[in-house]
Amino acid sequence: MTGTISTDVLIVGAGPVGLFAVFELGLLDLKCHLIDILDKPGGQCAELYPEKPIYDIPGWPSISAQGLVDKLLEQVAPFKPDFTYNRMVSSLEKLEDGGFRVITDENEVFEAKVVVIAAGGGSFQPKRPPIPGIEPYEGKSVFYSVRRMEDFRGQDLVIVGGGDSALDWTLNLQPVAKSITLVHRRPEFRAAPDSVNKMYAMQEAKQLEFRVGQVTGLAGTDGQLSSATIKGGPDGDVEVPCTRMLPFFGLTMKLGPIAEWGLNLHENLIPVDTEKFQTSVPGIFAVGDINWYPGKLKLILSGFHEVALMAQAAKRVISPGERIVFQYTTSSTSLQKKLGVSG
Amino acid sequence: MTKLTFIAHDGTHFDVDAENGSTVMENAIRNAVPGIEAECGGACACATCHVYVDDAWTAEVGEPEAMEEDMLDFAYDVQPNSRLSCQIKVRDALDGLVVRVPERQG
Repeated sequence: MTGTISTDVLIVGAGPVGLFAVFELGLLDLKCHLIDILDKPGGQCAELYPEKPIYDIPGWPSISAQGLVDKLLEQVAPFKPDFTYNRMVSSLEKLEDGGFRVITDENEVFEAKVVVIAAGGGSFQPKRPPIPGIEPYEGKSVFYSVRRMEDFRGQDLVIVGGGDSALDWTLNLQPVAKSITLVHRRPEFRAAPDSVNKMYAMQEAKQLEFRVGQVTGLAGTDGQLSSATIKGGPDGDVEVPCTRMLPFFGLTMKLGPIAEWGLNLHENLIPVDTEKFQTSVPGIFAVGDINWYPGKLKLILSGFHEVALMAQAAKRVISPGERIVFQYTTSSTSLQKKLGVSG
Repeated sequence: MTKLTFIAHDGTHFDVDAENGSTVMENAIRNAVPGIEAECGGACACATCHVYVDDAWTAEVGEPEAMEEDMLDFAYDVQPNSRLSCQIKVRDALDGLVVRVPERQG
């Protein structure tokens, strides 16, 4: 465990709205630290549709989602935000001084005066594959990631999927596993052609088996798999030995542990007021797609508006009694100084 | 207007008038057809608007492009007539199109 990381504002989610929050909070001299479950900033824009053009960002008749993320990063750079990637926030507790302690799934400890939830559709998590009855095996013999290759030594391993994760782990775990069956619903792969060629070469050498089809059934006891049924291939239904399974079916979004933070929820969204965008817990704000209020529209531009107002409220929480002078970036020399531009 | 028919998993028929140029998914959402989730809003990024095209229509509707095939990898019980409805554009030639909604999306 590392030491406690202290910041003014902890932002959960580094999507476009979380990023622009850094700007609005920065103008009010508040320092931000962002945590995101992805390995990069940008949220859905970067993960789901980086190349898609967005047409409703004011002033940009058309901008690619990744282009918008890049511009936002450039815009917030003067405020030197800190980022922690590949982490999910797991718990939150209120401190006696009015701040919050937030702990991640890797046990890093953050202390912040204010918490801003900008988690969009929730955190990206591995998608559960469409295999009936998979739940009891999860975490015991079905895994969605490889933490230690040793865990797969001597196992009859079934890997499902056609992307880079599926192919990379097929190649990497082949020397360790007792047997490897790669299952994909078609002979074409999304993975890098080089990995696919290597896989076919290993199949030629009888070092692994590639089957076209879909896994439709699992057998085992007490969470321990023994076999998997594969349907749709040229041989009809086939049962293959399987003591470990690694399905790679992409990512989906889930609210995750935030649901346990004691905030009021409305159908997995966090209700806020439209003056401060504050949740039912004072000092915790929610902005962007994750919040809800009458008339809410899940638009990036709405999120930008929300963070501007939220920042004012957050400043009042952190510096009660301090007079906030409303200023424009076009004319205020003090704001321009913060932005690093000469007035 | 082009007529589309969605057949929900429980057998309920939804006959809708669709505008040319709109996607089959948009018409499902507008008409609250159960079983079409369209989580990503039509970006071909989630595979939750999966439908089965009626056999009489597969030739006219056509085959998925590579990007859609990739996304179909994440769908449940994919069949040769599977398509993502956000990638089918409504046009005159599809007047009378019938699609079935699968048991579940992913």
